[in-house]
Amino acid sequence: MAPKVKLPKPGELSQIDFKIPATDWMDTPVEFKPGTYCWGSKEKDLLTLGLPNPRQWSPADEDWKIPEGWESTILEGMAERLSKYRSFKIFMDICVRCGACADKCHFYIATGDPKNMPVLRAELIRSIYKKYFTKSGKFLGRLAGARELDMDVLKEWWSYFFQCTECRRCSVFCPYGIDQAEVTIIGRELLNLVGLNIDWISGPVANCYMKGNHLGLEPHAITGNIESMCDDIEDITGIRVNPTFNRKGAEIMFVTPSGDLLGEPGIQTCMGYLMLFHELGLDYTWSTYASEGGNFGFFTSNDMAKRLNYKIYAEAKRLGVKWILGGECGHMWRVLNQYMDTWHGPADFLDVPVSPITGTVFENAKSTKMIHISEFTADLIKHKKLNLDPSRNDHLKVTFHDSCNPSRGMGLLDEPREIIKAVCNNFYEMPENTIREKTFCCGAGSGLNASENMEQRMRGGFPRANAVKYVKEKHGVNMLANICAVDRAHFPALMDYWNPGVGVTGVTELVGNALVMKGEKERTTNLRFEDLPGKGGNE
Amino acid sequence: MKVLFSFLAVILLIVVATMGAFITNLHYVFGIIIPYIALAMFVGGFIYRVVKWGQSPVPFRIPTTIGQQKSLPWIKQNKIENPTSAFGVIVRMAMEVLFFRSLFRNTKTELREGQNGPELAYGSAKWLWLGSLFFHWSFLIIIVRHFRFFLDPIPFFVQALESVDGMLQIGLPAIYLTDAFILVAISFLLLRRFVVPQVRYISLPADFFPLFMIMSIAISGVLMRYFYKVDLVAVKQLAIGLATFQPVLPTEIGPMFFIHIFLVSILFAYFPTSKLMHMGGVFMSPTRNMISNNRMVRHINPWNPEVEVHTYEQYEDEYRVKMKKAGIPVEKE
Repeated sequence: MAPKVKLPKPGELSQIDFKIPATDWMDTPVEFKPGTYCWGSKEKDLLTLGLPNPRQWSPADEDWKIPEGWESTILEGMAERLSKYRSFKIFMDICVRCGACADKCHFYIATGDPKNMPVLRAELIRSIYKKYFTKSGKFLGRLAGARELDMDVLKEWWSYFFQCTECRRCSVFCPYGIDQAEVTIIGRELLNLVGLNIDWISGPVANCYMKGNHLGLEPHAITGNIESMCDDIEDITGIRVNPTFNRKGAEIMFVTPSGDLLGEPGIQTCMGYLMLFHELGLDYTWSTYASEGGNFGFFTSNDMAKRLNYKIYAEAKRLGVKWILGGECGHMWRVLNQYMDTWHGPADFLDVPVSPITGTVFENAKSTKMIHISEFTADLIKHKKLNLDPSRNDHLKVTFHDSCNPSRGMGLLDEPREIIKAVCNNFYEMPENTIREKTFCCGAGSGLNASENMEQRMRGGFPRANAVKYVKEKHGVNMLANICAVDRAHFPALMDYWNPGVGVTGVTELVGNALVMKGEKERTTNLRFEDLPGKGGNE
Repeated sequence: MKVLFSFLAVILLIVVATMGAFITNLHYVFGIIIPYIALAMFVGGFIYRVVKWGQSPVPFRIPTTIGQQKSLPWIKQNKIENPTSAFGVIVRMAMEVLFFRSLFRNTKTELREGQNGPELAYGSAKWLWLGSLFFHWSFLIIIVRHFRFFLDPIPFFVQALESVDGMLQIGLPAIYLTDAFILVAISFLLLRRFVVPQVRYISLPADFFPLFMIMSIAISGVLMRYFYKVDLVAVKQLAIGLATFQPVLPTEIGPMFFIHIFLVSILFAYFPTSKLMHMGGVFMSPTRNMISNNRMVRHINPWNPEVEVHTYEQYEDEYRVKMKKAGIPVEKE
């Protein structure tokens, strides 16, 4: 392990140099500056997963221990993917380099490094495509924007495909819909063919594959963690919540990212789920086997994502549930929405989801049979099935961060807002260009939420944090709500760094606080054991 | 260097064209043979590229959703930018192709020093959209106007377009608006590649070359119409000959014509090998042309692979003791 690097002060980090390098990008070597990149994947994890070239290596070393003949592995991999993905082929062919995407990327805005413009990030791989797969590149070489594949190119790919959070913001602005996330996904697949991943992805993937979740929580740890949340709920509300695990015959299986099972403020979101389901008397079960909604396999390769995703339908079938409810998570919903059914469907052993409380039939999920907790809760609120006391959240001035994937890979925009407006009295939107489909990534998505790349995380999150700062100064916002476990893991550090005093919460935690449960005692604290406004001792 | 190379390449082509124009013996080659070859390369190449794209399947349904999804009945869906019907997709594509909807969203990011530290601001930036729109529409109208050379009688819509395009009625022959627009727009598109440092940095010779080509085509066209006039009757004779595959070569057309048609031929031949194929690709981009009904209708991946999985049985075998201790039901006691 390299020594811990010091994180620069916000004043230094916001001095962003947008000057273009003196040398052409093909002649500008990639730099590995400590604090800006993640550790390489570990040998044991690649062995667990049966992925190529398991070995100990470090990106800081000169020698990355790549097997002889890797060039043909990469080129054959490219040829295969060009024949399998129309997206890849078209995106390689039709970019006109208009530059509209450039200043839409949070990493470019915050680093000024031109290779972080989506167009150049794609050009890193497009230049190789041209050299080996087009006649113009073969004959004209550099004049056609083509270059040879060598070790420097490979390192450059690794650096920049792990400086992209696959957030799709660029694809909103591209006149041809070129989606850098798609290019990065395929770039990372190619890197994985020669054993190049990052530890913060392959570690969780190995955990998830063997133990069912990214955190590697074993079955008794899951039940133990949830039991202790139930203890906290009892302390706060006087009500004992009794969730069940791996229970056959339940109506609903609930799947959430394992980030909700460990650490604040994830656990408070989870307490919110537990309280809500208890109050409704929902016939549901947790699963310790399908104990991960997220999917870091998606940041490795499509096959790996499919291998991890398998558990959800398999477990729903084994338990004989009718439909599946999913928790608050970002990329989880991109995968569930746009991939799961294609991989493992048709889910003909499940029923179209029907809310047992309101009778609403979720026709929008009639094939996948899986709905989002925000859809479920927004429906309850609309039908006035919840007794809510939003004044319990009166000490909060809340803003909402749209996570990239639910926004641009699904379009879940108004559901969480309806919930927040019902459970909070003070809600303020961030500026228009930074929310909804134009939302900025938190800066740590797609597996880049490690600690060794903290400087890069603080940079990547700068545009998001800056928009929060705007509403903090204008409206006194002190709480950043979201529906994503990576947000909840990453934002506390980001807010401490850029906007001290702004807290982070899952939307369902806000629900849990506002929810008046039948037979509850008068609450004096919120789910964080902080005094409630007007109810506490030291007001 | 990148600019210079593209510029010199176009100059060289103009020199070749001029040579062809002034050497009468070469007129048959420049006026008939090269245009036919170019047309064949354009049509053949274009089809080849589109077929190649079509041969790669679309394994996943990956629309970029740029608005509210269809979910609960009282939440207003954005039916165009998150379409769940074929009609929605058609409207979405039409907006992209005809009006460059996504480019219209363009913003310009600025970092400035505010009272309490750095501020990021996102201003409106419509110039690229406007320039592109003027460029592409002018180009299209100019091409349609050229139908009058290939068709006899001239269809009504071509005549109507001409009269609208020439509505200013300045000069004789009347100046076409689109001639002015395309020259202004293309100068703008070229200029921003020179002036904006980021755009200059990402630009390749393959970005400058088509701009120089189209500019010289437009200029040669304008020169031919207003200054170095050619015999229009002869031009039409040749054009109709080409269109009916009964080529004739009238004498005394005028040299500027041969320069113009040679440059057009080169552009046509070059088209399928280049980024200009965005014309075809824009229709096939999976993030825009797919129905966003992922959870309603299953999308089939033709190569959906078999993958190795970790089954529940394996999981229970590993954790049975711990599960039982934690009171979690198991399949095998």
